[in-house]
Amino acid sequence: MNPIVRWFHQLGSPPYFDRFAARWAPWAYGCGLLVMAVGLYLGLFRVPADYQQGDSFRILYIHVPSAWMSMAVFALMAVYAAIAQIWRIKLCEILAMACAPIGAAFTVITLATGSIWGRPMWGTWWDWDPRLTTELILLFMYLGVIGLYNAIDDRRAAARAAGFLAIVGVALLPVIRYSVVWWNSLHQGQTIRLLGDSTMDSSMIAPLVLMIVGTKLWFIGALLARSRADNLRREAGKAWVAQQATGARP
Amino acid sequence: MTPGIAPTLAGAARALLVRDARLIWRRRGDALQPALFALLVVTLFALALGGEREALGRSAGAVLWLAVLLAGLLALDTLFRGDAEDGSLEQWMLAPVPLPWLVAVRTFMHWATTALPLLIATPVLAQMLHLPAAQLPAVMVSLALGTPLLSLLGAVVAALTVGMRRSGILVALLALPLYVPVLVFGAGSVAASAQGLDVTGAWLMLGAGLILALVLAPLAAAAAIRISLN
Repeated sequence: MNPIVRWFHQLGSPPYFDRFAARWAPWAYGCGLLVMAVGLYLGLFRVPADYQQGDSFRILYIHVPSAWMSMAVFALMAVYAAIAQIWRIKLCEILAMACAPIGAAFTVITLATGSIWGRPMWGTWWDWDPRLTTELILLFMYLGVIGLYNAIDDRRAAARAAGFLAIVGVALLPVIRYSVVWWNSLHQGQTIRLLGDSTMDSSMIAPLVLMIVGTKLWFIGALLARSRADNLRREAGKAWVAQQATGARP
Repeated sequence: MTPGIAPTLAGAARALLVRDARLIWRRRGDALQPALFALLVVTLFALALGGEREALGRSAGAVLWLAVLLAGLLALDTLFRGDAEDGSLEQWMLAPVPLPWLVAVRTFMHWATTALPLLIATPVLAQMLHLPAAQLPAVMVSLALGTPLLSLLGAVVAALTVGMRRSGILVALLALPLYVPVLVFGAGSVAASAQGLDVTGAWLMLGAGLILALVLAPLAAAAAIRISLN
């Protein structure tokens, strides 16, 4: 068998995944912290102040990456849930459910930083603006997924039901993404483009890219750590967990 | 029906509707609860706003929308619960009729028993809230388009929670994010008509959502029932 395919199949086995996650989660956390530290340093101390917004624009180095993550994590959760739904891979159920609290945290950070930024810029903490409202709904979707997962006793049935809700909720993502385009909104339009020219100065972009990469790495670490914990909890009765707990080599 | 012959879709729908109607008729008091609840919400809003004609008239459209939405939400939990508890839902899954079809018929019954009476009562409630007469058509049309959509979306949520013993506030937490767009366009069209703006855009969005939900929601709810009952 192709080694990559074999590795992928092996990863689906709980003991193998446990070793994999235990090995790589600290690396992902460490690299994420390092990259974010550099990004924050550049963003907060090196980049010149904005000609219009002064220093308050600097909060975007936290706001924008977490806003991207809030949506990306939801999409990833739905992908994992769909895989779990179709091929019944137990590990994908665990990964999907591990995504939910992390994504919810990123959504809270997005809402909080946006609100802090909005006070001096727009003169209000909160406005019932499409972008803000849809982001709040996204938070409710996350809370719904977490709530449903915790409300059902059978772990596998719970993961499948909550995963199904995540798949239904994907319909919200394009609404959030295009809310600034479809409706007239207080929230500013898109300023950063991957293709073509950004309407943002290039010196301001480098720290942002670092922050985006850093949050992704951090997320990978958190996802591995969370799903490892859930995996161990589900497999608690198995021999390999007992062996690991007592320190014996399998 | 002769044994051995699969029932037609229409036959199954008729049998289910007649059974549900009979069950509701036998428990007339319970069936009235959503309507009474909506009436209470309207009354409480009127009292909270101080009964001032001007203020009431301005918020009447939004209040009516919320009252109908909350009444539907209240009835969601019972949508499949009774059938799940006495085992009829398993029979639905085994029946020679497609499960989404039965779900669609049941959802129609939910709409007909909770939203339809309120829709008929809306002109009276609108009077109680001093809704300007010119806005009544906007309220009626948006509710007529929006309430079936609410029932269909609610059916998906109710199907997901049907395996639990008690769902409590969870149903509301799961349903509200899905309800928000409907509320935005529904109540939004009433607010737009109050300002003399064109409301057909919002109605078209509601109509498009309704058509989409009519096709997809029964399928999704059926899949959710299969997950919940396993």
